[in-house]
Amino acid sequence: MNAVRAIGRSTLDLVRSAGAVAIFAGRGIGAAVSPPFFLRQLRRQVWMIGYTSLPAVGLTAVFTGAALALNIYTGGGRFNAEQIMPQIVALGITRELGPVLAALMLAGRVSAAIAAEIGAMRATEQIDALQTLSVDPYRYTIAPRLTAAVLALPLLTVVADIIGIAGGWLVSTATLNFNGQVYVHNTWSFLTSGDVTSGLIKAAVFGFIVALMGCYHGFFASGGARGVGRATTNAVVSAYILVFASDYVMTSLLR
Amino acid sequence: MTPEPQTVQPSPPTPTATATRGLTPKLHLQGVTKTFGARRVLDGVDIAVAPGRSLVIIGASGQGKSVTLKIAVGLMRPDQGQVMVDGEDVTGMDASDRARRSPRFGMLFQGAALFDSMRVWENVAFRLVIADKTPKREAKDRAIEALGRVGLTPEFAGLYPGELSGGMQKRVGLARAVVAHPDILFFDEPTTGLDPITSDVINNLIIEEVKRLGCTAISITHDMTSARKIGDEIAMLHGGRIVWRGDAKTIDDAENAYVRQFINGVAEGPITGDAGPVRGASRRPRVGAG
Repeated sequence: MNAVRAIGRSTLDLVRSAGAVAIFAGRGIGAAVSPPFFLRQLRRQVWMIGYTSLPAVGLTAVFTGAALALNIYTGGGRFNAEQIMPQIVALGITRELGPVLAALMLAGRVSAAIAAEIGAMRATEQIDALQTLSVDPYRYTIAPRLTAAVLALPLLTVVADIIGIAGGWLVSTATLNFNGQVYVHNTWSFLTSGDVTSGLIKAAVFGFIVALMGCYHGFFASGGARGVGRATTNAVVSAYILVFASDYVMTSLLR
Repeated sequence: MTPEPQTVQPSPPTPTATATRGLTPKLHLQGVTKTFGARRVLDGVDIAVAPGRSLVIIGASGQGKSVTLKIAVGLMRPDQGQVMVDGEDVTGMDASDRARRSPRFGMLFQGAALFDSMRVWENVAFRLVIADKTPKREAKDRAIEALGRVGLTPEFAGLYPGELSGGMQKRVGLARAVVAHPDILFFDEPTTGLDPITSDVINNLIIEEVKRLGCTAISITHDMTSARKIGDEIAMLHGGRIVWRGDAKTIDDAENAYVRQFINGVAEGPITGDAGPVRGASRRPRVGAG
């Protein structure tokens, strides 16, 4: 009987949390698409979320592209299909690894930072202060972060795609005796615009998820420094899980 | 003419009508209740403040002073009851909506709640620039002028809040609260954590600013020196209700057992220590609240 009660309680908690996140997201989106807009805040967040994440995303992409090339070369060799390696690398990077890796980097870096920053604002009553100063905190703190992440992650993904493919090219030409020009030609002629745009659509959704989790957990942080720490952890973990879950759903839809 | 001190023990009616002397109250909390989990923190708070008066709400820790203030400002919604401003029901509005309307609100937070990523003058000018769309140059001038009124020279304007002492941060918080000429000012434990001299400086600044603006002030504190100094009237909150209210000058003559124990600061009496944790009181689950 206790097990049934526990399952029921967990289910109710899950539904309640999902509802709370959905309402929070709705308010955030509403604030993001209707005036007034805080463009200075938006610029600052695009810089923080996008530009400062470039090194981490770039390094991850180059090593992933190189490792992917080696793995596909090894696997393809079992079927005498080494020559299709550039196409598989390009497909894997643009459709899957580029957006997912950029999102995971952002989840670790940005989601945690957003949760910590907004959580600290909550703990020190800065969120309350915004309201008493006639400013809607959803417009001032949540909307710019959501918008910035939705704009920045596709751009980061384009960078990750290019650098990831370059990583594959580098290892192929330097250690696997591929011809550089042929590699580029094969990649370019194989890729379709659908491969790239499906990755970019995924990236925009991942960006929203990552920022939303950081904002949500930070906004409702309670219990001082410990609460902020808990919010940061929850933001990162939930962002990771939701990125992977939504990746599967979108991959099914965008095949 | 000052209202007669009244003892309300152990239950209502509370002395709201006499406190406003027939005027429409500037702020009126009517039958406000608030429950967190199984604990009812406010149990029918009924309190009114007349225009231009300064009311200080005192009470032991955990008795609901902060919750009362948050409900009055709009940072929290009551389970039952109404919040009226100038006779208009504003219970359903959140703080940013209330602050946008006339009469204007201003608030000094316990920890000043300054935005640590902004310079001092930007903190003070925040509302002017962001909400009132005042040109930045003019807003900066007004911010520096407000800082001057609270005793901070223009050199402080370019610093960040983290570079200031607690007392200076309170001054900046006060400048931010008054710069947009509010009609109602709220003070949340304005002297907590400050030394006696700095506390007195802050008290004097509060009195000066409230007088200069001619506004209504509502403060919560458990600092009796501060309460006597800044309040025209004092109300005591205990067990979720106002148990005493009267002129600040008469509190030392009050016969109410709760007031006697509180102002004498003794352990023996009807108040039996901290009421314990209030889960959720520091957190505002706006989600779902509309």
